[in-house]
Amino acid sequence: MSAEALFLSGDAALLGLAVAGGVAARKPFAGTLVYGGALAICAAMLVLALVELLGRTNGETLVLPLGLPWIGARFRVDALSAFFLVVINLGGAAASLYGLGAARHEHSPGRVLPFFPAFLAGMNLVLVASDAYTFLLSWEFMSIASWALVMAHHREGDNARAGYVYLVMASFGTFMLLLSFALLASPAGGYAFDAMRAAPPAPAVAGLAFILALIGAGSKAGIVPLHVWLPLAHPAAPSHVSALMSGVMTKVAVYGFVRIVFDLAGPQGWWWSVPVLMVGAGTALLGVLYALMQHDLKRLLAYHTVENIGIIFIGFGLALAFKWFGMPSAAALAMTAALLHTFNHSLFKSLLFFGAGAVLSATGERDMEHLGGLIHNMPRTAFAFLVGCAAISALPPFNGFVSEWLTFQAILLSPELSSWVLKILAPAVGALLALSAALAAACFAKAFGITFLGRARTDSAKHAHETNRFALAAMFVPAALCLAAGVVPGLFIDALSPAVSDAVSGRMPAQAGIAWLSIAPIAESRSSYNGLLVFLFIAISASLAASVIHRFASNALRRAPAWDCGFPDSSPATQYTAESFAQPIRRVFGGLAFVTREHIDMPEPGETRPARFELTLGDRIWDLIYAPLANSVERAAVELNRLQFLTIRQYLSVVFAALITLLVMLASWP
Amino acid sequence: MIVDLAFQLLQMTLVIAVAPLLTGLVRATKARLMRRRGPPLIQPYRDLIRLARKEAVVADGASWLFRFVPYLVFAATWVAAALVPTFATGLLFSWSADLIAIIALLGAARFFLALAGLDVGTSFGGLGSSREALFGALAEPAMIVIVFTLALVAGSTQLSTVAAYMVSSNVGLRVSLGMALVALIVVALAENGRIPVDNPATHLELTMVHEAMILEYSGRHLAVIELAAMLKLVLYVSLIVCVFVPWGLAIADASVADRLLGALLYLVKLALAGVALGVFESSIAKMRVFRVPDFVGAALMLGFLGALLLFVSRTLK
Repeated sequence: MSAEALFLSGDAALLGLAVAGGVAARKPFAGTLVYGGALAICAAMLVLALVELLGRTNGETLVLPLGLPWIGARFRVDALSAFFLVVINLGGAAASLYGLGAARHEHSPGRVLPFFPAFLAGMNLVLVASDAYTFLLSWEFMSIASWALVMAHHREGDNARAGYVYLVMASFGTFMLLLSFALLASPAGGYAFDAMRAAPPAPAVAGLAFILALIGAGSKAGIVPLHVWLPLAHPAAPSHVSALMSGVMTKVAVYGFVRIVFDLAGPQGWWWSVPVLMVGAGTALLGVLYALMQHDLKRLLAYHTVENIGIIFIGFGLALAFKWFGMPSAAALAMTAALLHTFNHSLFKSLLFFGAGAVLSATGERDMEHLGGLIHNMPRTAFAFLVGCAAISALPPFNGFVSEWLTFQAILLSPELSSWVLKILAPAVGALLALSAALAAACFAKAFGITFLGRARTDSAKHAHETNRFALAAMFVPAALCLAAGVVPGLFIDALSPAVSDAVSGRMPAQAGIAWLSIAPIAESRSSYNGLLVFLFIAISASLAASVIHRFASNALRRAPAWDCGFPDSSPATQYTAESFAQPIRRVFGGLAFVTREHIDMPEPGETRPARFELTLGDRIWDLIYAPLANSVERAAVELNRLQFLTIRQYLSVVFAALITLLVMLASWP
Repeated sequence: MIVDLAFQLLQMTLVIAVAPLLTGLVRATKARLMRRRGPPLIQPYRDLIRLARKEAVVADGASWLFRFVPYLVFAATWVAAALVPTFATGLLFSWSADLIAIIALLGAARFFLALAGLDVGTSFGGLGSSREALFGALAEPAMIVIVFTLALVAGSTQLSTVAAYMVSSNVGLRVSLGMALVALIVVALAENGRIPVDNPATHLELTMVHEAMILEYSGRHLAVIELAAMLKLVLYVSLIVCVFVPWGLAIADASVADRLLGALLYLVKLALAGVALGVFESSIAKMRVFRVPDFVGAALMLGFLGALLLFVSRTLK
């Protein structure tokens, strides 16, 4: 049985699970059945995908008599899809593990259980599809399934609106992808990927297809300015689904981009990298700035996904440029950076969403201003969340640092590019990347510090309790992988090199042979990094310092009230809040992205009412692009509404006019 | 191998041994300029020992993180400092992390210190953390663009290679390097919390940043954090010295005598830098907090311009 057939049977099993979940949703064992089954299937497919990635590099096309009658449904697993299958099924397995613990608390299981395995199946199908029709069908299936999950708690808060915006944006994205595939398919209708590869379109057509793919896949991934649905929809779903959407589904979108742009269309012009780099850098910076301003923990994480997508796209932009200018090893470096960051982000973003979910189920709060001090009652969750924060802030020795380091190394190769635009763009992108990385650290110092440290701001935070074993396991597995990928990055780089060479037909030098498990992207004299040694050095010097101090100096410790410059206050309300932590950064960078209005209401001396400070943050992109668009659609709808109240005679004349117009158009068609 | 290891260990102990001395020197210079006698040069050592001997008072609401952070901050700073060539390049472990990793290590130290500031849940701690986050968010990208400049000039991000290249004669005078130097000095002032960005001598003042963050620390924890701060100053001075005034630096396979001479010269350079810092700090006023972003932002722009010049001029040579 070929690997493709095995993957398809896995997907079929997931779909069967979806049906079973729908039928048995009200039964007490339904949660265990669905999540346990999904965990087993994802784990099996993860192993299978790893075997595919490390072993055979080229799959064979499997044609099933489904879908369009003259092409059938084509499936193929090559190294690129195998890599993404690893990412998706790892995230899927972790989310299922979390789901096992969370299922008991789900108040409307009938709205979650059928769609969760269906969503996983949809994502898996996108990755094995090998013709445009199957790809788009699976893509839509994935979108609809995730939309259903976003709407699971549709009566809460703004969730219904989030679902609506998501549905509109998802349809828009699919439509763009449809047009892109239509351009790539030869006039004879070669919808199979093989046919597209065999007959590449003219540069102008390919360029248009590339732009459409950037918009279509980018809107799913969350590039600015197409990101607006993402921070609404991702947090609205149950937490393990948020983790899947943010950590995993965005990676399917990334896969779609790589598949179309690198594999099917191939860079056909140096300018292809320019929009990708600009969009990537803008997305990274704006994403982290938006994230910094949030005080809803899950929404902060969702916005931060936008930043990471930006970093991944910066890598793609560089890879496109290097590939076009015939520098395969540099292209491989940039591609490795992007794909490694894709993998890393799926790890730590899932982990952080599980942590946010654990906090949500322990306290009922997503708002950081109502949390605080959770490290005391939820020490394990806090520890795992801290690892995730350190990894996502690109701190050594964790994995986030490695992929950003590789991206910087790729940027340092860009002076060799023979294009003036790129020469000027590359350092600017590098500076913006560095800025967003530093802001990310501030963002996660805030996320962890306000949520888990300090004093509890409400009773629900004070009486929180540690989360269940499944959720802890779902957090600690990615946390361990974050450390592993940061300490021995060479192994991970080597593992994904078949996928890289699929995309850019170049390879980085093998890292396994380098002494002491270092990584050296080009040559050791130029740059090298050894996560293992850095980790060991930090561990050794910290314990050395601690043991010397404890051996030779005082060991005594006394607990006392906080000093606070001699003015300790009893109320936890006097602590720094999420908003006040980000205030200096908002003052400095705010004008860039937000419309901020501060309103201070200071009572006259003698008045007894409290002073009030109000802050409204507007999203400039929403105001500039989406609000006018929504308004004009609404106006048009109101105008068109008149058509519903015509007399029969008027209807007849409208129909007649339409018929005449169509006939005239048909007659004048060349 | 053994000799290399010995020199690596020597370097690690050297930076830690001279760190309090450098701080003492800066303080003494400032005191003399104010016509005070000031404390003796070795006062920082005494302070550290006194702090280490006292019992540590930990606030009631502090978590395990609060007690863990000082050692972590110290370790990250020490590892970073050990990777900067002080008197010789090509030390045993210098290839294990490049300049970008050194910056990231310092970023890790800042991240955890900011968390410690938030841990007890006091307003001062939060204030320090929040401002440190802002300064860090500006200083770190400035450092990265400076790294771009250095890496493009020397063809490597390995600090050892950069320093060795700077010692060699084929550097010449470059505009980019001048811009990078100014930017690096500004970043060093900001990162070490020196005047005009922050005043290391203040307490009980709303403008403080670093001191506010570590306000709740006492005893041995405070000693470790203070030592880490002193170490950071040495690190930045060593960084500037090894890149921009590298003369006397012993390159990879120099003789033992050369290396010892390098060490001597290094101490002289360190002393000069300490005096210069003292003079600079005495002759300038502290800035308002919201002026600091302009100051560090200027460094970012300078560093960026320098890097841009190099990116663009790559084809011209």
